[in-house]
Parts: sequence; structure tokens; C-alpha cells
Amino acid sequence: MALASTETTTSPLRAGDARDGDFGPAVALSCRECGARSPLGPDFACTECFGPLEIAYEFPKVTREEIAAGPANIWRYRALLPVPADVAAKRNMAPGWTRLVKADNLARELGLRSLHVKDDSGNPTHSFKDRVVAIAVEAARNFGFHTLSCSSTGNLAGAVTAAAARAGLDACVFIPSDLEQAKIVMASVYGGRLVAIDGSYDDVNRFCSELIGDELGDRWGFVNVNLRPYYAEGSKTLAFEIAEQLGWRLPDQIIVPVASGSQLTKIDKGFKELVALGLVEDRPYKIFAAQAEGCSPVSAAYKAGHDVIRPVKPDTIAKSLAIGNPADGPYVLDIARRTGGAVEDVTDAEIVDAIRLLARTEGVFAETAGGVTVGVLRKLVAEGRLDPDAETVVLNTGEGLKTLDAVADQARPTAVIRPSLDAFRAALA
Amino acid sequence: MSVSVRIPTILRTYTNGAAEVSGEGATLREVLEKLDADFPGIGARILDETGKIRRFVNVYVGEEDVRFADNLDTATPSGAQISIIPAVAGG
Repeated sequence: MALASTETTTSPLRAGDARDGDFGPAVALSCRECGARSPLGPDFACTECFGPLEIAYEFPKVTREEIAAGPANIWRYRALLPVPADVAAKRNMAPGWTRLVKADNLARELGLRSLHVKDDSGNPTHSFKDRVVAIAVEAARNFGFHTLSCSSTGNLAGAVTAAAARAGLDACVFIPSDLEQAKIVMASVYGGRLVAIDGSYDDVNRFCSELIGDELGDRWGFVNVNLRPYYAEGSKTLAFEIAEQLGWRLPDQIIVPVASGSQLTKIDKGFKELVALGLVEDRPYKIFAAQAEGCSPVSAAYKAGHDVIRPVKPDTIAKSLAIGNPADGPYVLDIARRTGGAVEDVTDAEIVDAIRLLARTEGVFAETAGGVTVGVLRKLVAEGRLDPDAETVVLNTGEGLKTLDAVADQARPTAVIRPSLDAFRAALA
Repeated sequence: MSVSVRIPTILRTYTNGAAEVSGEGATLREVLEKLDADFPGIGARILDETGKIRRFVNVYVGEEDVRFADNLDTATPSGAQISIIPAVAGG
């Protein structure tokens, strides 16, 4: 492995200062469509075919013992990420190593033999986004960007402003104006500029894509646009942690939420890298993708047998998944079909029921995206499309406190009484 | 019909660095044909070998994603602004 930078200050390097080793084992950008390679840089689309770029690596030999000896966060996997070897010593949010909850009560209720919930609400800003942003921050430092930015459905905005605050970078993030209050507060409280745009997430995303080509966005690192190849790699750590927490074993079945589809494709990539490096046994796994019915372009394409996505205008309480034009949607279709999984969706009512089911059985309060995955899990089991005897993992990617409105009508006091035993006795009757 | 076309960064090598160029055509198809005539090669970056918009390219006429409208047959009224934008993920 190449030597890493010893840079430990919070100041971004000057543009063009990226050096050998700053990206750890990463060696190039590679187009997922045409395979064209280009040098590591703040680029996200192939100049040949517009295809998305991803990181190509030359991995060092890595052992389970070396990983286990690392810190209790995503940097234990730093040898498999585009980050410097000394990344754990830098100022960042050190996310990850969230709990894998053995969900026996929920398994019993659904009729499954073995079920775990990967609960990513335990991250520093209470969603999986801290993982991806942590990688993007390192890339932003390497490229000498002074401002960290993003288009966001809410969780990402908070993760970016928090990470920027800790890294000593400026932040300017963009959200649709109709987000849940908790996500607006989370995105604002860490400082920087929070700009609400009158439109959908897809409108915000389009705006950011134009801003990036304008002098207004000069030397800005948009974590999910020009830093996207780096950022997306952070989702691999979900796959790494799940396998390690299962005792260095891949699950048989996993249910993953789909917004842009990036996370699902990187979980698949993470599993494949663990196999290629000899860290887990090569055995088949099925990846199931979960969407909300009110924003289900990937599910609709899957059910129709299509391999392209027709964009939709989202209308669902699962706002963190409300991306109507999911860039990685075609890859989600490929992976679900290749692994023998499926893409399914649930209604808003089923999402709320599933949030309550998970809370009632396992003490895990999920945001609406977690309601989507648990709801789809329940639907797939009921329809006999999931093997009830196989080891199953379901993802909860965010914290229920961020989407209180979704369940507020149904999560209320069972009684309001005077402070007397008689009144309580009457209420119990 | 005269329209303006916003060019993404990765295609500006074709337009001598211009972020916006003027175009002509009653439909998006005609506008892209004229664009390729003015800036040879740019059309093949936007359309695939079957002549469809590449799956990782989004094209807007005004505020509307043409996939919600009539794709390449979407009307491009005089004064319309057309934006060509690489698809990106988010969240």
C-alpha cells in the first residue's frame, strides 16, 4: 500500500495539492458503463458516455485480525476505502460500527428463523449518511475544496453540515422546502448555510448539477455530485460491518431501501470485495430492494420487466427515499435480478404499521425508510418470496425521531386521567 | 425557433468552453441535430447508438424533464431554455 499523507490539520489543501497515497488503495476512476479509466479527480460522469464513475483499487493484503484491531468505526476498513492510512487521526465524525440487533421477537412474529436489524440510527447524526459523508470529506480535503455541499432529502444535509463543522470546512446545503421539521433543524443547527428550494428533491438535484458548472460553485465539493464516486464507497462499510458482525459471514438475504439506489449497489460491491479478498466464504446472497409505493420507479420497472427507469413525481411520507429519478436505478434492477432477490414497494399505511411493528417487537424506532424496509420484509415473507429459514438482515438507515409526524397520530397516550388509583383502574377496565 | 442550450461542464470541450449556446429547432430532436452540426461530435455524447437519450443523461426543456414529456419529440418553443445534465445520485 502506498504511503499516506501525514496531513492532520483541519485546513483544506490548495487545489491541485492531492498527492500519491492520499486516496489509500484507490488508483483511478472507472466508468461503470464503458469501463473507461481516468485519474482520480473531482469527477462523476464519464466524458465518453456520461456513465457514472466509480473507484478502482489495488487492494493490499488485508486480514480479519488487522480489521478487528482497528477502531470501532468505519476506519477499521480504511484499507478498503479511498482514504489515507492515517484517516482515523483526522478530524471527522468517525461514524459506523453501529449495532446489529438480533431481532428474535420480530422474527417470531413474521415466522423467520434468523433475523437481524442493522440499526444505522446510531450514527453521529442518526442516519447512514455519516458513512458516505466521512469519505467525501477526505476527498474534499485532497482536492482543496473549501466548501462542502449537497442536494439532500434531509438526512444528508445534516450529515454534511455536521461533518463540515468538525472538519473546519464551510458548508452550504440544499433541500426541498417541504421536509420534516426535525431534518431542517438537524441540517441547520451545525452552522453553514441551509438553502430550501421550492421544488422536489429532483429539482434540487438538478439545481446543484447546474451550480457545479457555474463560478458560484467553484471549489465546492458536492458530496453526492462531484465527490460522488468517493462518497458512495462509504456505503460499502454497511456490508463490511454486517459480515463481520455475523462472524465473517455473508447473510443469505438482505433488504435494503432504495432512493437513488447508490447504497444498494455499494452493499453488493462490498460483499463482492470481501469475497475477492478471501475475508468471507463465497456463497450466494440475495439482495431485495425496498421502495415506498408513492415513489417506486425502480419497483415499477422491476415488475414490468424493464431495464430502464421511468422517472416519477414522488408522493410519500418516506421523504428520505423520495427520489423520482434514481440515478442508480438500472443497477438496482441488475443486482436484484442477478442475486435472485426482488424489488418491492409498500404503501404509506404499511410503512407506518412497520415502524410500529419494529418498535413494538425490538425497541428500535425507525424513520420512514426503516418502515419501508421492514414493511417490504413483511410483505415478501407473507407472499412466500423470502426463505423463512435463511439468515436475513434488514436495514434501518435512520432515526424515528426525525420523522415523528409519520406516526404521531397513532402513537399517543392510551389514556389521560386524573392522578388517582380509581381513575387508573377505570382506564384499565 | 431560437432556443438556448445549457451545456454541462464535461461537454464544454465541444463548445470552446461555452456554458450556454444558442440553438434552433421546433423539437428537441431538431435542436440536438443542429447542435451536432454546430459542434460536431456532441450529439453522440448525448444520444446512444440507437438514437435515444443516454440513460445517464437528463434533458430539460424549461423546467420539464423531457422523459415526462415527449422525449426527443418534446416541443421547443422560441425562447425555451434547454438543459443537458448528467444524472447524479443523491439522498
